[in-house]
Amino acid sequence: MNPNNYLVLAAILFTIGAYGVLVRRNAIIVFLSVELMLNAANLAFVAAARNTGTLDGLVAAFFVMVVAAAEVVVGLAIIVTIFRTRRSASIDEASLMKY
Amino acid sequence: MIAALIGLPLFGAVVLLLGGRRTNAWGHLLAVAMSASSFFVAAILFVQMIGKPEEEREIGQHLFDWIAVGAFQIPFGFLLDQLSIVFVLLITGVGTLIHIYSIGYMEHEPNRRQFFGYLNLFIAAMLLLVLADNYFLLYLGWESVGLASYLLISFYQQKPSAAAAGKKAFIVNRVGDVGLALAILLMFVTFGTLSFEGVAAGAGIASPSTLTWIGLALLLAACGKSAQFPLQSWLLDAMEGPTPVSALIHAATMVTAGVYLIVRAHAIFDLSETARTAVVAVGAITLLLGAFIGTAKDDIKKGLAGSTMSQIGYMILAAGLGPVGYVFAIFHLLTHGMFKAGLFLGAGSVMHGMHDDVNMRHYGALRTMMKVTYATFGLGFLAIIGIPPFAGFWSKDEIIHAAFGQNMFIGLATLLGAGVTAFYMTRMMAMTFFGEARWEPDVKPHESSAVMTIPMIVLALGSAFGGMAMLFIGDIEHWLEPVTGFAYPQNSVSNAVLIPITLSVILVGAGYAWLRYGRRPIPVVAPANVSLLTRTARADAYGDAINESLFMRPGQYLTRSLTWFDTKAIDGFVGGIAAAIGGLSARSRRLQNGLVRSYALTMLGGAALIALVLLLVRL
Amino acid sequence: MLLTTMLLIPLVGSIVVFLLPVAKAALAKQVALGFAIVTLAVSLVVVAGLDNSTGLLQYVESYEWIAAFGISWTLGVNGISALLIVMSTILVPVAMIAGWWDAENATRGTAKGYFALILILESCMIGAFAANDLFLFYVFFEAMLFPVYFLIGRFGGPQRAYAAMKFLLYSLVGGLFMLAAMIGLYVVSARELGAGTFDVVTLTSLNIDPGTQKMLFLGFFFAFAVKAPMVPFHTWLPDAAAEATPGTSTLLVGVLDKVGTFGMLHFLLPIFPEASKFYAPIIIVLAVISIFYGALVAIGQTDVMRLIAFTSISHFGFIVLGIFVFTSQGLSGASFYMVNHGFSTGALFLVMGYLVSRRGSKRIADYGGVQKVAPIMTGVFLLSGLSSLALPGMSSFVSEFLVLAGTFAVNQPAAIFATLGIVLAAVYILWLYQRMMTGMPPQEVTETVTEINRRELTAVVPLIVLLIALGFFPQVALNAINPAVQQVQEYVGFSDPQATVEIEGSGP
Repeated sequence: MNPNNYLVLAAILFTIGAYGVLVRRNAIIVFLSVELMLNAANLAFVAAARNTGTLDGLVAAFFVMVVAAAEVVVGLAIIVTIFRTRRSASIDEASLMKY
Repeated sequence: MIAALIGLPLFGAVVLLLGGRRTNAWGHLLAVAMSASSFFVAAILFVQMIGKPEEEREIGQHLFDWIAVGAFQIPFGFLLDQLSIVFVLLITGVGTLIHIYSIGYMEHEPNRRQFFGYLNLFIAAMLLLVLADNYFLLYLGWESVGLASYLLISFYQQKPSAAAAGKKAFIVNRVGDVGLALAILLMFVTFGTLSFEGVAAGAGIASPSTLTWIGLALLLAACGKSAQFPLQSWLLDAMEGPTPVSALIHAATMVTAGVYLIVRAHAIFDLSETARTAVVAVGAITLLLGAFIGTAKDDIKKGLAGSTMSQIGYMILAAGLGPVGYVFAIFHLLTHGMFKAGLFLGAGSVMHGMHDDVNMRHYGALRTMMKVTYATFGLGFLAIIGIPPFAGFWSKDEIIHAAFGQNMFIGLATLLGAGVTAFYMTRMMAMTFFGEARWEPDVKPHESSAVMTIPMIVLALGSAFGGMAMLFIGDIEHWLEPVTGFAYPQNSVSNAVLIPITLSVILVGAGYAWLRYGRRPIPVVAPANVSLLTRTARADAYGDAINESLFMRPGQYLTRSLTWFDTKAIDGFVGGIAAAIGGLSARSRRLQNGLVRSYALTMLGGAALIALVLLLVRL
Repeated sequence: MLLTTMLLIPLVGSIVVFLLPVAKAALAKQVALGFAIVTLAVSLVVVAGLDNSTGLLQYVESYEWIAAFGISWTLGVNGISALLIVMSTILVPVAMIAGWWDAENATRGTAKGYFALILILESCMIGAFAANDLFLFYVFFEAMLFPVYFLIGRFGGPQRAYAAMKFLLYSLVGGLFMLAAMIGLYVVSARELGAGTFDVVTLTSLNIDPGTQKMLFLGFFFAFAVKAPMVPFHTWLPDAAAEATPGTSTLLVGVLDKVGTFGMLHFLLPIFPEASKFYAPIIIVLAVISIFYGALVAIGQTDVMRLIAFTSISHFGFIVLGIFVFTSQGLSGASFYMVNHGFSTGALFLVMGYLVSRRGSKRIADYGGVQKVAPIMTGVFLLSGLSSLALPGMSSFVSEFLVLAGTFAVNQPAAIFATLGIVLAAVYILWLYQRMMTGMPPQEVTETVTEINRRELTAVVPLIVLLIALGFFPQVALNAINPAVQQVQEYVGFSDPQATVEIEGSGP
């Protein structure tokens, strides 16, 4: 199968993710979108690894997964805490850290 | 021995100024003792010097190396020769008399100890000035006497006028000091040495223009210290100091330092016609200006101050005449030291009896009330106007004689000066001691105590006989000749003609003054509608006004505008940069709006931009 | 080891003082003073053991520090730096004694903190004067800003925050240029020697091409000119000096600023001889401008502390002038001037500090007639003022005249202008004296101003004694300075001009 197809798919997934991050206000959805972007990158890594026959891309993919897992733990905890205190999961409202 | 001359009064000054109130009880006695013992040492040295043959009279003393940097080698060494010994005797002799006088004059002054400390300091500084064996050490003495003069003029510090006068004296003197500093710098780069001996030896091979510049710089220094035109304005204000100070510093000794400097540097002036001409011109202008100011003053001390300027003008003029004049400049300096000190002490005695009133319009008919003061002042009067055989006659006549040898106009100037001197001194005598009593009823004129009158009597005797003694017994011309050189004036009017002319000019001046002030009643308040000349003289020939408009006002303006420039322009520029950076940060801070999605957009944009750049570069 | 020990004593002292409990302020002060006095004793030992026959560095000690960049812990002194160190170690205990109660009323910061900071500062100052590795010098040069920043910012007057920040930023900007030039110098040395170095003696022996020298020179000069300070980089000084406590001002103007002029003499001239000669005419003009500008603006001040700060700008003009005429009199005079200026300006700041702390105002117009109520204080002020106007008999006169003599030999117009500056010096000091000390005292003065006390007198009298003693026996200092100056002249390749008469005499 043409490896370009994987890359195109990865690009589409990434774009969807980026779009979600930019336009959605709900923190959970934004979070999901970020995951989608990460996994798009992972897909590109794995495809590239397969294509070149080296392990570098796979190693990078594992790193991304580890980071994503850690991020989910911390990120979800933050979102839950914000939701508890503000009764809202909108990220636009959580804009206190400015100038 | 030489170091002891300076050390004794210096010790007195240190004890009195650091000792504080503990020394109040006996401080003045210590000061007198120190000054007197310094005079005693001087007398011993003088006797020793007389005993030696002429070529061995000069002795030196090297204490230590003061400064040594590269070629700049300055010893702390003294030189006692025929010239410095006469100064030492004058300073310590007149100084001791004035110390004694001050015991009485300053009796009721709470800070009397401090006053005596300053007086001793002055004696030490003045001795250092005349005993130094190089120009740099002389500079130390030169500014130290300036300091002592500053401290003593503003002795009554609570009086704003006294404080201002002291400051003015110091600053005007500093202008003169610039001259001395420049002369020293020029000498150093020209001769590589600053010793009197080395400079005199090198003068012969230095270029004439350099010598002229050195001479002019020295003249500027002399003008500052000796209150010569155009730096004369401080001397009249200096009369704010206690009267003994005026007698010692601003009449007999310190103000004559300029004459000493020129005579000491005669090797320079001998070789520069231009510098000598400038000296003569300054002397001639000042002798007429001072005398002119003296004619209109009602303040007895300021009248005498004008007279001092004028008499020093004579000395400076004589010094500018070259070898024919040096010894007579010194001769006149010595006689003037005696009679002017006596006159000032007499004025102090009068003031003492008149509740410190200095206005002569409030005096009159004091000759019966203050007999001793009248007699001593009278002798000083005869000496200063130049009546034979009193001291001033001998010295002034020689200067007039030498001046005619130089140039007819200079001679006439000195002759005119003699007439004006007779006029203002007769006016002073008439207003103070003759006529009718004009004082307020509550003033009780009385003679001063013996501690004050004895110094006056001694100085009066000096005024009477000092001139003859120095000329006929001391043979002053030949005594000083090894140091200064001496020549008889050529092509001058013969003394047989000149003396009668001079005497008749003096008598005309004195007679005119007597007609105007001795025979006519004197208004208690100075008349306002007087001639332009009188008004000019009363305003010190507008010296202060000129200084003010030429230097003070532009200086103040410059200071103000620079201060403004500093805060507004320079600091404003610095502050402006800070403000600009601050403003920029304040703007860029706005980008941090707290909206996560906008950050995400920025990140995306940035990433896209980088990707784009990478693509473009690869293509 | 001696120099490192001397540097560490105050540092250890500051740690000890800092560890003491806040409540024991009196003990902390005494301990701090004790450490300062021990440092003074050690510095005197250093000077006493100095060999006056050579201008090369002595007591040299060198340890490897960051070998990869050729950076070493190299200390060493010559006559000039040893005297400057002694001046600093004298001024530190003096400033402590004079400012014994200055830190009590600070809103933030404690008395022990004040004294600990002074000790840290002392350590940095010794380091800056003794360092002979350029990088090490830079470290001390920058490190000393921070104790001063806190000394001004915590213990100063109402505008202290502004003044401290201005001082810090100004100095940091200057330092940044120096850092850049220093890296440039390192690269040049790496190119010449194969391995880069910051060792000053090695750098001195390099033959840097004149074009590069001129570039690098400017970076260093800017830093030193800010620190010195020269017009027009001076505006931080009046603010800092006016807002700091008098003791801090003494150390700031008396010692810290000397690092700038010392740097010119010790680093610029030997490392960049060609560039120094190239820029000398411009710098001489700047120096003469500084002399006049400082004096004139001083006359126009209404705040007494700012006035003293501006007089210092005028004096720094003389020092820089002496350095850049390259004659032995000029260089010796400038070196000696640095020492004298520390004492005389220190005395002025301290006495004025006493007066200001009593009356509670720095405005000159608020005073008058002080001599009536505090004659001894007035006398002390007059003596320090006379030293500031370089009255003969005071040591500042010797140094000022040496600078003038050294200048006149090579640049007559500059010398003549500088000589005119002595009139302005008389104006600013004596007018200040007239306005503050003479006349009848107004009621506020008679009510608040009391005579100087024993502690305050103990602080200033040593300075005045030194000023007078060195005025009559300047050779004590000049004997140490002269060989070092000769060494500098050798590096620059300059010899004194001959007296003209001798040349004429030896000619045909």
